[in-house]
Amino acid sequence: MALIVVDVMPKAEILDPQGKAVSRALARLGHEAVGDVRVGKRFELRIDGDVTDALLDQVRTVADEVLANTVIEDVVGVHVVDEAEVGK
Amino acid sequence: MKVGVITFPGTLDDRDAQRAVRLAGHEPVALWHGEHDLHGVDALVLPGGFSYGDYLRCGAIAALSPIMTEVVDAANRGMPVLGICNGFQMLAEAHLLPGGLVRNETGLFVRRDQRLRVERTDTAWTNRFEAGQEIVIPLKNGEGRFVATPEEVKRLEGEGLVAFRYLGENPNGSIDDIAGLSNAAGNVVGLMPHPEHAVELGFGPTTTRMKAGLDGLEIFKSALEAVTA
Repeated sequence: MALIVVDVMPKAEILDPQGKAVSRALARLGHEAVGDVRVGKRFELRIDGDVTDALLDQVRTVADEVLANTVIEDVVGVHVVDEAEVGK
Repeated sequence: MKVGVITFPGTLDDRDAQRAVRLAGHEPVALWHGEHDLHGVDALVLPGGFSYGDYLRCGAIAALSPIMTEVVDAANRGMPVLGICNGFQMLAEAHLLPGGLVRNETGLFVRRDQRLRVERTDTAWTNRFEAGQEIVIPLKNGEGRFVATPEEVKRLEGEGLVAFRYLGENPNGSIDDIAGLSNAAGNVVGLMPHPEHAVELGFGPTTTRMKAGLDGLEIFKSALEAVTA
């Protein structure tokens, strides 16, 4: 068993009000070293069988067409987490 | 004329849209997202609300609904399709309209009687207005900021696809004050404000008289002229 992790971020040129609110809160708490914050999404897809290249391609397509809307977001990572790591 | 109003899980304004269709002189037909059947309607309305709780992205999961296969086919054949608020978000997610709708610049949910300028009048849903006409339609959303790449904005402005623009203060940071868009053919229109809330005296936006705004009714009446034209 494995996990395929898909990371999605709002496009850099699009203002992220959520990140801005977090950034302001951190500044209020005195974390002066932290500048801008951007908030994205992490999808964990549990895979029962083997992770083949064909399956990874399928997931990349799903990432671009469903998990992210590439008009407003970027898929910044698709990677496999090994069985041993799952649940940690 | 039969106008289908599609209900998705989490749709809120389907009954209001059906009522608006009736007040405009058409026959509303309730359609269900899980079917692959448009029940012979002549036009379609994708109403507002929070389909699937806005999970994933606003309108994203609804745009993958079974009935959307038929909606996309019908739209490509030229059937009038109107997307209101969450319905507009679905049309963008289904790539029937360009760009995307994201969280308002202020991060706040905005509710107001919104002044709009009608920019394009040769669409199925705006043909009863005059170009440049100012109308008032209630606006209520948290994710209504229209965004697209600069090239895409240049293209849709160049092709005159902007159907409605916000007048006065831009409520959400939309690029070029864009409130509503149309496809090139003009049969598909999406807008963030809610025309179905401006169809009946006493329940509409405040214009010259309290709650007297009826500008939304013209949008629903337009569809008939589009189909019979």
